[in-house]
Amino acid sequence: MIHANGELTTDDWKRVFTHARELGVLQLGLSGGEPLVRPDVEQLAAHAHSLGLYTTLVTSGVGLTRHRAATLREAGLEHIQISIQDSDHAVADRIAGLSVVPQKVAAAALVRELGFAFSINVVLHRANIDRVDEIIELAASLGADRLELANTQYYGWALENRNALLPTPAQVAAASDVADEAMRRHRGRMQILYVLPDYHEAYPKPCYGGWGRHYLVVMPDGRTLPCHGATHITTLRFDSVRDHPLRWIWEESAAFQAFRGDAWMQEPCRTCPRKAIDFGGCRCQAFALTGEATNPDPVCTLTPLRTIIDKAVREATGPPAYRYRYIGLETERA
Amino acid sequence: MTLTAASVPVLWRLARLDFDRVRQQRVLLYPEGVVLLNETGGAILDLCDGHRSIGDVAAILQERYHCDVTADVIDYLSRLIERELVRVE
Repeated sequence: MIHANGELTTDDWKRVFTHARELGVLQLGLSGGEPLVRPDVEQLAAHAHSLGLYTTLVTSGVGLTRHRAATLREAGLEHIQISIQDSDHAVADRIAGLSVVPQKVAAAALVRELGFAFSINVVLHRANIDRVDEIIELAASLGADRLELANTQYYGWALENRNALLPTPAQVAAASDVADEAMRRHRGRMQILYVLPDYHEAYPKPCYGGWGRHYLVVMPDGRTLPCHGATHITTLRFDSVRDHPLRWIWEESAAFQAFRGDAWMQEPCRTCPRKAIDFGGCRCQAFALTGEATNPDPVCTLTPLRTIIDKAVREATGPPAYRYRYIGLETERA
Repeated sequence: MTLTAASVPVLWRLARLDFDRVRQQRVLLYPEGVVLLNETGGAILDLCDGHRSIGDVAAILQERYHCDVTADVIDYLSRLIERELVRVE
């Protein structure tokens, strides 16, 4: 998390939202770190609503008091997403680094009561994927309208911990079956989105619908990225909304141009019909695993680079001993 | 699910219709998603109020467009039902 005094001001954010709407953006996610750390989230939500943006607050749920939730509702915030680490409280505490489960339950009740659209997001990994059925039932009991089950994407700290986090193929297959069955059972009440783990797939994901095509991220310090993971590509420099209009960054900045179209692609991507589907996969993953961001995403079985993924899957049998990162909130065990 | 003229469609509680001034186009907004609507799509969804049946919707549109649109309305709504954006009560 960027330190508070390095963050964009309220007026900066309002200007960015206005410019985003002018570019055609319709969906806004207020995330962080933890967006509720900022005292002006209510003002920002109100401005976004006045522009016609559909706004989601992505929060841990901690710090969502009745007063703040009610003010956000009046401001026009429509959707709240709360992250949950696990259905098993002891495991959840270990991963979150804080004892937060009761606070999340209270936040969920408030979100329901005030009539927000309510999503729960759970990141799956080896230590919790076997309890995906319990996680689904927990989300249903909390009254979620949507549940996003997202398998861990391996860059940054998750890549450092990959041997502890990557599930086995058998775990992935079992979890997919459970998710499929639950999707049918909860249909009409709770929408379940199960994001398959790409290491266990034959082809890469069309990351965010393609680089610089549909999506942008403005960081708390103003740097603007084509996706959340893009700063891991250390060969790129990301321009800031402090220095440039958002439209210029979107249309002309070097970072956003870097992987648009197909001129940057190497073989087999450049002549592959799948490039229209997956755009060569994830640039961050290509860079993290091969050191070259223009390489095909190594997940793709059409590239010899796939051996990197297969080797990682074979070797991911280590004990779940994590290297933690502590960000933002102080914890007693830090 | 089989849709008939008697089915009563309604937008998902979490979806709402809006007008995008930038694109000059109707849109259906919902958590983490958008459907850009053409004129007929918008006209169909405007009429899906949870009270009118598909037959009622088609009759109103038939008067407007001077042709039988029942099959088109069923086809259009089926696709949105598949995506859980429209529910049948």
